[in-house]
Amino acid sequence: MSFYNDLITHAPAIIIAIPLLFAFATPLIGKINKYVRNAWAFTAVLLSGALAYVLAWEVFKNGGDPNVYVFGGADGTAFDVLSNVRISFYVDGMAAFMGIIMATVAFAAVIYSFSFVKKYTGQDKYYTLILLVLAASFGMVFTGDVFNLFVWFEVSSVAICGLIAFRSNRGESFEGAAKYLIYSTIAGLFLLFAIGLLYGQYGHLNIKYLSSAIGANGSMMVLDKIVLGILITVFSLKAGAVPMHMATPDGYSEAPAPVTAMMVTASQAGLYAVFRTCFTLYGGNIQNSLAQIDLVHAAGYLLVILGVLSMFVGVTLALVQKDIKRLMAYHAISQTGYMLLGVGVGLAVFASGDNTDFAEFGRTAMTGGIFHIFNHALYKGLLFLTAGAIIFKAGTRDLNKMGGLGRDMKMTALFFIIGALSIAGIPPTNGFASKFLIYESVFKFNPVLGAVAMLVSLLTLASFVKVFYAAFMGPKNPEMKTGEVPKSMLVGMAVLAGMIVVFSLLPSLVIGEIVSPAVTSLAGPGPEIGTSLTMFSGQGAWNPLVLLAVLGVTLVIGYVIRMLGQKGTVPKGEGKKPYLFGNPTEVNGMPFVVPASNVYWGFTRALKRYYKPMEKMHSGLINEYVFWFVATAGLVMLALTFL
Amino acid sequence: MMSEIPYFAVVALIAIGLYIVMFKRNLIKLAMGIVLIETGANLFLITLAYRHGDRLSSPIFTSQIMGGDAAAYSLPTPHALTLTSIVIGVATTALLLAFFMKLYQKFQVSTIDDMRRLRG
Repeated sequence: MSFYNDLITHAPAIIIAIPLLFAFATPLIGKINKYVRNAWAFTAVLLSGALAYVLAWEVFKNGGDPNVYVFGGADGTAFDVLSNVRISFYVDGMAAFMGIIMATVAFAAVIYSFSFVKKYTGQDKYYTLILLVLAASFGMVFTGDVFNLFVWFEVSSVAICGLIAFRSNRGESFEGAAKYLIYSTIAGLFLLFAIGLLYGQYGHLNIKYLSSAIGANGSMMVLDKIVLGILITVFSLKAGAVPMHMATPDGYSEAPAPVTAMMVTASQAGLYAVFRTCFTLYGGNIQNSLAQIDLVHAAGYLLVILGVLSMFVGVTLALVQKDIKRLMAYHAISQTGYMLLGVGVGLAVFASGDNTDFAEFGRTAMTGGIFHIFNHALYKGLLFLTAGAIIFKAGTRDLNKMGGLGRDMKMTALFFIIGALSIAGIPPTNGFASKFLIYESVFKFNPVLGAVAMLVSLLTLASFVKVFYAAFMGPKNPEMKTGEVPKSMLVGMAVLAGMIVVFSLLPSLVIGEIVSPAVTSLAGPGPEIGTSLTMFSGQGAWNPLVLLAVLGVTLVIGYVIRMLGQKGTVPKGEGKKPYLFGNPTEVNGMPFVVPASNVYWGFTRALKRYYKPMEKMHSGLINEYVFWFVATAGLVMLALTFL
Repeated sequence: MMSEIPYFAVVALIAIGLYIVMFKRNLIKLAMGIVLIETGANLFLITLAYRHGDRLSSPIFTSQIMGGDAAAYSLPTPHALTLTSIVIGVATTALLLAFFMKLYQKFQVSTIDDMRRLRG
């Protein structure tokens, strides 16, 4: 057991050391041959991922108590005065929860990559950068030091931008990469400035120390408020929240599909940093002063506003896209809004100091938001991988030019349906389980927000119906390749789809085992939501097994009714033709097809006044994007300082 | 007053850099703007290191050695931070310029007005 204990003690460092070491050795290993190199990259994600799971297991077992690792400390764990000047890793329930998300998606993405990048040159560098993204994501969530956080933030941006530009035969990938890099570099410099302000005030960089120092004299200084404003804006940019989202779709849509899946988790590390800032850095000793309570309360409302904006703008823009990956990228922004909304409501209620309200719905909202992070990583990762498979076979990313892929790609279509049902929050999927908690608790907080959250889910479903229709249904384009995608891509997708199925069937156990410790480590202990197979939100209950049983019985009844019918009936006349809502079935001898971009023509036309300015806002000019970021940062700082 | 001059320089550098990034259209100027903001942030960190008065934590250099004021000293941590951030800055600037170079090779792009294939 001693080896195991040592392993757990040093796990935070080893989890990051493995991908770093393997990353820089990959080009050397690649000299041997490509199979060894692929096995090498696979070993890296497998080892660090397994260790992340083991560490998370230990952390969750202790109810989310942190596993502290101090670099250069006497025995690695001792947290003394000197620890404040050392870099420390601080893996509590929330960090461990994020860690297993990173590990899962990276595992699927690397397996998927084996076939996906087969035809490209420069694969050694590809795997190097993939492992660096993984290391940076782990670093961002494990670190307990604000400057260290900045370093991982930058490592993540640089590695991701290198990967966005991986397909160097496309000029557009350089454009996407350049925009993403400019955006994240400027955000990173703002972050550095904020860290300078923190250091100048308190003389330390350790999050735990800073959390006890901020507001310790009973009041909040203006600089504290400005720092909070900068940190929230910068990390929301990394998470892709509206209105700092503009470069996100460019980067997501140009990166190779497995990289996009990893970018989702990397941006969730930004989301994690927002929550860490609000709950630990500023909310850790919230009872210090009334001013601090007010400030964190205001920050909660700010997250709610960012969340609602992201949800709505993201989904409405996704609806009109015709590039499949760009469409999904806007959905990623929209779903990030749910997490910001859920946790923002939790934060606002948490900071208001109303313990009954927090127990009644604040904690539920947080649980929903945090559970949604994992679900989002799973279904969004899966959907990006299916989008990659579609592009791999169709040779185009334009939805108008696709069609009929469902005939050959049955497995991909199945995985797509699983992902699409989950993102749209259709019961009995895991996406529904987390959204259910968000709807019910947010409705209690403010009915309008709950209604918006439901409307956005509806539009999400509409948009994925469009993608399914355009890509898998309809007549086949004769120029497209036939057949299913290679095995390794299917395995990569199956890993994520399998996780979705497990999470869908047992949402309550998942919440009880892994989400509750994460919530506890942010907001302190409270009532459990997942104690049995049924999940209780405080307002209602949800048990997917009951729903599945009802669905099964209904199916049996339907089948029995069908059996009672007359056998051997052949449709005649009009009954033979497919029903197309009065549209002709053929035009000039070709099957009649509504192009994907026209499916919601009426909707977009009715909302012309909304879409016109939106189109202007997403002008493609990086100047204007930076302006939006700076303006938002300024507004947030003003709001936090004067409200 | 003298000790506050660097802070004015920090504000000026960051403001000029932000102005360039927000309003100038040439790609190379854009990169220069980013470098200016970065320089401002680095100068800010370095300036924070110079303190006067009671020592908060381990200083490695006091001006007493040079025959100056014993109470003025310099904190080591911000220097380490600045060094790290300079290295990161070099990496991001090099990567950005490489992207601009490739964009020029592909599409003869030299201003951001030509760099808007991805939009909407």
